[in-house]
Amino acid sequence: MKTSQITKAIVPERTWSRLTDLVIFGAAIALFYGILAIARTWLGPISPEAEISRSPLALPYYAAYSLLRILIAYLLSLGFTLIYGYVAAYNKTAERVMIPLLDILQSIPVLSFLPGVMLAMVALFPSRQIGIEMGSILLIFTGQVWNMAFSFYSSIKSIPRELHEAAHVYRFSWWQRFTQLELPYAAIGLVWNSMMSVAGGWFFLMACEMFVLGKRDFRLPGLGSYLQTAAGAGDTTAIVWGLVAMISVIVLLDQLVWRPVIAWADKFKFEQVESASAPHSLVLDVLRRSRALSYLGRTTIEPLNERVSRLFVPNRNSAVDTRRRSGWGRAIVRVLAAVLLAGGIYAIVKAGYVLSDLAPEEMLTIARGAGATFLRVNVALLVGAAWAVPAGVAIGFNARLARIAQPLAQIAASVPATALFPVVLLVLVRVGGGLGVASVVLMLLGTQWYILFNVIAGAMAIPTDLKEAASVYRFSSLDRWRLLILPGIFPYLITGLVTAAGGAWNASIIAEYFHFKGQTLSTLGLGATISEATDSGNFDQLLAATIVMAAMVVSVNRLLWRRLYRLAETRFKLEM
Amino acid sequence: MGNSQPIIEAKSIEKFYEQPDKPKIQVISPIDLTVNPDHIIALLGPSGSGKSTLLRMLTGLARPSAGQVLWHGKSLDGQTPNVAIVFQSFALFPWLTVIQNVEAPLKATGVEPVERHRRALKILDTVGLDGFETAYPKELSGGMKQRVGFARALVVEPEVLFIDEPFSALDVLTAENLRGELMELWISKKIPTRAIFIVTHNIEEAVLLADRIIVIGRNPASIRADFEVDISQPRDRKAARFVGIVDYIYQVLTQPTLEHSLPPFEPAREKTGPRYQMLPHARPGGIAGLIELLIDRGGRDDLYQLANDLVMEVDDLLPIVEAGVLFSFIRVRKGDVEITPEGRDFAEADILTRKVIFRDASLAHVPLLKQIENALRRKSDGALPDDFFQDILDEHFSDEEAKRQLDTAILWGRYGEIFDYDADSGRLVLTDTESEKSSE
Repeated sequence: MKTSQITKAIVPERTWSRLTDLVIFGAAIALFYGILAIARTWLGPISPEAEISRSPLALPYYAAYSLLRILIAYLLSLGFTLIYGYVAAYNKTAERVMIPLLDILQSIPVLSFLPGVMLAMVALFPSRQIGIEMGSILLIFTGQVWNMAFSFYSSIKSIPRELHEAAHVYRFSWWQRFTQLELPYAAIGLVWNSMMSVAGGWFFLMACEMFVLGKRDFRLPGLGSYLQTAAGAGDTTAIVWGLVAMISVIVLLDQLVWRPVIAWADKFKFEQVESASAPHSLVLDVLRRSRALSYLGRTTIEPLNERVSRLFVPNRNSAVDTRRRSGWGRAIVRVLAAVLLAGGIYAIVKAGYVLSDLAPEEMLTIARGAGATFLRVNVALLVGAAWAVPAGVAIGFNARLARIAQPLAQIAASVPATALFPVVLLVLVRVGGGLGVASVVLMLLGTQWYILFNVIAGAMAIPTDLKEAASVYRFSSLDRWRLLILPGIFPYLITGLVTAAGGAWNASIIAEYFHFKGQTLSTLGLGATISEATDSGNFDQLLAATIVMAAMVVSVNRLLWRRLYRLAETRFKLEM
Repeated sequence: MGNSQPIIEAKSIEKFYEQPDKPKIQVISPIDLTVNPDHIIALLGPSGSGKSTLLRMLTGLARPSAGQVLWHGKSLDGQTPNVAIVFQSFALFPWLTVIQNVEAPLKATGVEPVERHRRALKILDTVGLDGFETAYPKELSGGMKQRVGFARALVVEPEVLFIDEPFSALDVLTAENLRGELMELWISKKIPTRAIFIVTHNIEEAVLLADRIIVIGRNPASIRADFEVDISQPRDRKAARFVGIVDYIYQVLTQPTLEHSLPPFEPAREKTGPRYQMLPHARPGGIAGLIELLIDRGGRDDLYQLANDLVMEVDDLLPIVEAGVLFSFIRVRKGDVEITPEGRDFAEADILTRKVIFRDASLAHVPLLKQIENALRRKSDGALPDDFFQDILDEHFSDEEAKRQLDTAILWGRYGEIFDYDADSGRLVLTDTESEKSSE
């Protein structure tokens, strides 16, 4: 009786794992073929004005292209993140420059990088498609990388001192410290920021795959250009097909990549006591059971890791050597810093000349546009907060509601608002609202989720005994909000609003200037100025508008958000 | 006892923070110290006294501001001494399993995987953790986590094992158990470690384990006593000699200026120049509680006995005793605490009179409070931001300590109704100007 039960339990598991092995093997072959096919086009001759087909049959192929671009851009971002965050965290001199710089770079919209990136890449590979592809990938990169770098930097900075000391006392090599301390400690932050970054990649895909730069019209095969072409022609069926394709890809990615990764990364949580609810992923369970993967791990990855670690084990007599090398290293760093400084000063002087050439009318347009976009961003934030705060609190306070609403909200949030934009425009044009209203709606669509999710988290974090106290003392609902809920969610709300504001500023470049049904819709705004300047190749105006936008975002951050953050940390922190 | 050449020699190592245009802040005054083979040395002192910094300087984790540390007669710079540390917070890597945690130091020195695994298993067996190899630290209890910490330290076969408050995060029974097992490993020579250096604030723990005890005082840290414990192992807490040594250490800690007898000792270092008074971090309620307790016990009791009965560590009790002495509510004499007439008045008064007595005592004995009161009085609105006083304190203490000093002063000033503190605006406001205004 007992033995039969055991065999029953084992048999299906075995077939299951053979099947997984087969699937994994098939996936590897498909991936290999895909890389070859794509390499052929990329290395082929340039075809910047390729016609984008509106047939739904082209969608799988376009989706593969877009996915690959986002993947490469993401890998670039990850590499950049690790290096930038590492240097900033360990080099005090560099830190003082690198962190404010990150703050500024974060506030520059993707399109402002476009001319520089594109011209450089096309100049590098003048006769090959890969130049344009690299340009597009770098654009996606500029939209993904900054928050990841920041997250990695602050993770490293917050590693507890005793862990560092343990690594030092037990003579961890640089490599061992990196793989056993720094990377694991930063893993969870990196995973969440990677998800946000890739979502940002989808958001700006339309802008990154198809654009006009002066006289040249760039089109790359992909989902973004498909949607933009469909919108430009006003082809509703194609828009819907494109939307369906994009949402399917995003949902698949979520199930096949992000969920397993989150479940896997749970072991990196820095906690002393096991938490009750750990995230689960069916896909991860299946992968863990796969024999092919575990065989691969045993025979290649582990020995490789051993070899690499061995390389970094210091030779006992090499102390003098490293010191000499670090002397050289210091000299190189100094030269590099001097070159960067000189280049920076030169660029600032040049930029000053360019700006002084700007006509007064152009200045006025930029100033008025800045005002208009500022208003729009704030309206979007207010409207977002107005519905997301009550909804978030309701969901956070009610476990049953949370079980239903949270997955739904997550799916809704994963749809890039830019893809929905043509549909929104269609409706609004019929109702009679202009692009001015539509752009606020787009900002709202893209950023309200940050507010909602943060408020839910905040409401869930309010301790039950405080809620019970409010009930026992019969707080009126006004007092409940004033004394319990608002102070409780305040730090979370601020985090949500900051992220949302950044997203809204960035979204303005798409929202205020849009190719639709064969014409270009545009409204007064800083985003429109930037997009228009890119389209017409007016680099002076592009530079000026970008500087104004970065300055506004950075100063609002410094003057408003940072203070609110401090208030949140000192006064509204729930600690017992 | 075999080779008596010291393993570690610290030659007038000190720690200070340089400040531009201001006198430097001395955290540890020059200290000489040796670690000899076949000894367990306990470094004992109240928290915040710089014990941990001293440990880190001996291991090479931190560099002394001046002076040098010698390992077998050679400077520590450029050397990687064969040491291991057991940390107060365990400092295990939560993403590695128990065995991976123990293997990590071996991996760092390039030991082959098979050999690594064998040695890790052996040491886990020694500390009583066999069967838990593949568990993650978060699945273990505190005591078992610290066993992993010990296993990780012992697996590198350190010449000197450094232990930083190893048992203070554990409950009493677990700590007692682990202490016993450590002594068993040491005495039976199951580990090749030649010396153990243990940092603790628990007096009994030091007297139980150590062959030699070094007592340090704070602000700045300096050696107050350094003596051998002449009791054979295993030691009995109730033995007269044991109690005698514990009492002696209490005296050294509570009366830094007096000279003490009992075992031979090194006198406290000459103090150079006037120093800023360091407030013990005690709450007024705690001081009142101690005095009431003393009255219940006939106005006088043995400090060690008192701590024992209250199940308190020196760390918790000492600041309260120090504060009581500061206000001259109590006196400490030969390890006994005794209530003074002022203390009796304070204890027997009602709450309002208590505040008045507290106020007078604090203005008389605590220069900082007097200084704050004077400064506030000179302002027409009787209010000043806390940053103002923080800056004054910053010249005498490290940033963190300066903040704690001001926090304590504010606590006392509020209780004595000398001034009020508005946490939102961060301003100190003189209390009686307010009442005068309202009465006018």
